[in-house]
Amino acid sequence: MITGWIMENLPALLLAVPMLGAILTPLVGKVSEKGRNAWVLLVSLAALCVAALLTNEVLSSGTVIYTFGAGTPASAIPADSGGLPFRIIFTVDAMSVFMAISASIVGFAVTLFSIAGDSKMSGKDSFYALLLLMQVGILGMVCTGDMFNFFVFLEINSLAGAALVASRVDKGYAVEAGLKYAVLSTLGGLLVLFAVGLFYGQYDALNMAVIADSMQFGVLDKIALVLLLVALAMKSGAVPMHFWTPDAYSMAPSSVTAFLVVASQASLYGVFRVVFTLYNVTLDYATIGWIIIILGVLSMFIGVTMAIPQKDVKRLMAYHAVSQTGYMLLGVGVGLAVLGNAAMMDAFGMTAMEGGLFHIINHAMYKGLLFLTAGAIFYQAGTRNLNKLGGLGHEMKWTMVFFIIGALAIAGIPPFNGFASKLMIYESVFMFSPILSIIAMVVSILTLASFVKVFHSMFMGPKLPEYEGVREVPRYMLAGMGILALLVILFGVFPQQVVDFLITPAATALVDQGSYIAAVLGGGA
Amino acid sequence: MIYNLPFIAAGLIIIIGIVMMVTKKNLIRIVMGLALVEAGVNLFLVATGYIENGIAPIFTNSPGGEMVFPTVQAMTLTNIVIGIATTALLLSFVMIIYKKYGTVDVDKTGRLKG
Amino acid sequence: MAVIETLNTGFGSWNPLIWLAAFIIAIILAWFIWLRGESDYRKGTEQTKPFISGNAEPEKGEVHVRGGNMYWGFTNALEDYYERLVPLHSGILTDYILWFLGVMAIVMILVLGGGLI
Repeated sequence: MITGWIMENLPALLLAVPMLGAILTPLVGKVSEKGRNAWVLLVSLAALCVAALLTNEVLSSGTVIYTFGAGTPASAIPADSGGLPFRIIFTVDAMSVFMAISASIVGFAVTLFSIAGDSKMSGKDSFYALLLLMQVGILGMVCTGDMFNFFVFLEINSLAGAALVASRVDKGYAVEAGLKYAVLSTLGGLLVLFAVGLFYGQYDALNMAVIADSMQFGVLDKIALVLLLVALAMKSGAVPMHFWTPDAYSMAPSSVTAFLVVASQASLYGVFRVVFTLYNVTLDYATIGWIIIILGVLSMFIGVTMAIPQKDVKRLMAYHAVSQTGYMLLGVGVGLAVLGNAAMMDAFGMTAMEGGLFHIINHAMYKGLLFLTAGAIFYQAGTRNLNKLGGLGHEMKWTMVFFIIGALAIAGIPPFNGFASKLMIYESVFMFSPILSIIAMVVSILTLASFVKVFHSMFMGPKLPEYEGVREVPRYMLAGMGILALLVILFGVFPQQVVDFLITPAATALVDQGSYIAAVLGGGA
Repeated sequence: MIYNLPFIAAGLIIIIGIVMMVTKKNLIRIVMGLALVEAGVNLFLVATGYIENGIAPIFTNSPGGEMVFPTVQAMTLTNIVIGIATTALLLSFVMIIYKKYGTVDVDKTGRLKG
Repeated sequence: MAVIETLNTGFGSWNPLIWLAAFIIAIILAWFIWLRGESDYRKGTEQTKPFISGNAEPEKGEVHVRGGNMYWGFTNALEDYYERLVPLHSGILTDYILWFLGVMAIVMILVLGGGLI
């Protein structure tokens, strides 16, 4: 009976578990520190389990609709409403669960790492509460089917994120980064809300399916599209709106940085959802596709060239995060640019999209792993400056192994997961435009070059006298990194299975606007 | 025409807020600009829900006539709450920056760069 | 067999397991070649000390090539590019907002004006 209830309310539980966990965390923390750590881990694990169950449910029996406040969750349209679904509806399709499972895995690994890694910090009760709230924001953004609800979760995500970035004040530097992040995301969020208002004014609806169904693509819709597209692209860190990314990523505690990567990807999900589900058939594919492709190529190239001269290891990795976001934009942008052409879509468009989406989950894993290793280094050596570090490989062997795995994966070296998704992107983009594919490969080479530098200056060289007392990090931190490293290898060795199981359904769900609308409104809309 | 006035006012407030954010040098004024943008968006939202001669959607002792659909009002209230939280967070950031850096000039608080 | 499935990329295919097998075979071969070499290495003798043409060994900190020295040539060759790019990352909040609004304005013109092509 209880299992039936759980299965019925999975989308609500996905949010309720981390939210309740977040609210109770400070209370549990009053009682005992150990208890709070166990509690946070438990909540994070429970959220992961719910996400896994939901993934299984959606992938086996199709899109799940959850109507809040209705008699039964599946009844989206009340009988006396004249066919309008005015309640808040969660529309969880294959794309949503794909993002949710990726966020939950990283969330769990980050929590595990953070238990030991951030133990020196003060104010840990609120730290963990905010971490769980950020997870609520991310999961809500990817699951909701309501535009205003999307905005609310976007704000939860940004506010929790900004507070976490600033949590280690660090002589004011971290607060400066937090301020920049908060101001930009709030401005972006308000423009998103303005676009939502434009939709409401025209269609008297907030539900994405309803808006998509009655989309006219008039002038106001075009303005709304630009506001949503640019604001969410800024939140996901696309060049030339990426300036906040290195600041925020480098000053946040490492566990938070690994999670911020997922938070940015939730905004990227927003871009894709808006373009494919809200507009889709009405769009001028070539224009929007090329705008996304140009943003992607700029992100790839400028991100990686800015990374090469960096001296702070986390700032360097942050620029790489910008650069990798470019691959996702490029892959999905190519898919969008040929969306109207069925022959080209079959030939390479679908593969490009799958490559771009596959890169999202791969990036969450290996970039999370890399930021966690940077955190482990900072935990032991007390500095992130590459000019000061050196010779740590003698003592921190496990951290070094995890770093190598992450670095090879991000550079696209087989058999790690970065290679699988990059290969899909290279080959499909080559059919679209060879020059773009060549740029992507050059960026990969530069990525490898810059990680060779990081590897050499952190781990290689003789044992330095200033790091005499450095030992391997505590087991919890190793476990957090280990989970991600294991997934990096698994996804790299069995890419086709992952693509078949998660990625193809997600790409199909994204492209197929009709079934998204039909899932909410019913019938053959 | 007269019914478009709220929209024009909302647009003006948003533009004033944005101009303030990019021209003022004091961090507190930038936060104020952001608050203005938020007020403008709120006004815009409320204005979209206006119906001529509409009455409040309260069924008890209702005088009859067309009722407005209270979605936008609910949205605005939500956004006001979010806005308060954001502004409070931002101002506390500015406070800490002033304590640590000794200045709230936006040109002098850009220490993370390159 | 499902386990040794190849990743279809639309253009070609990639099978990590076959690649991995080839890699392992290559490592085993390399190990065999290594085994056939001279084994006169002794730990803790003069052999393991660095030999710098008979000069005394400098301090450990001096030997290590620090991160900042790497890719000096690369950044130096692209100096023009970096001199333009790095100052854009000014760290000033106002600039960040202006970039955001600027991109929004450009995209707005592109979308409302009928597109790129």
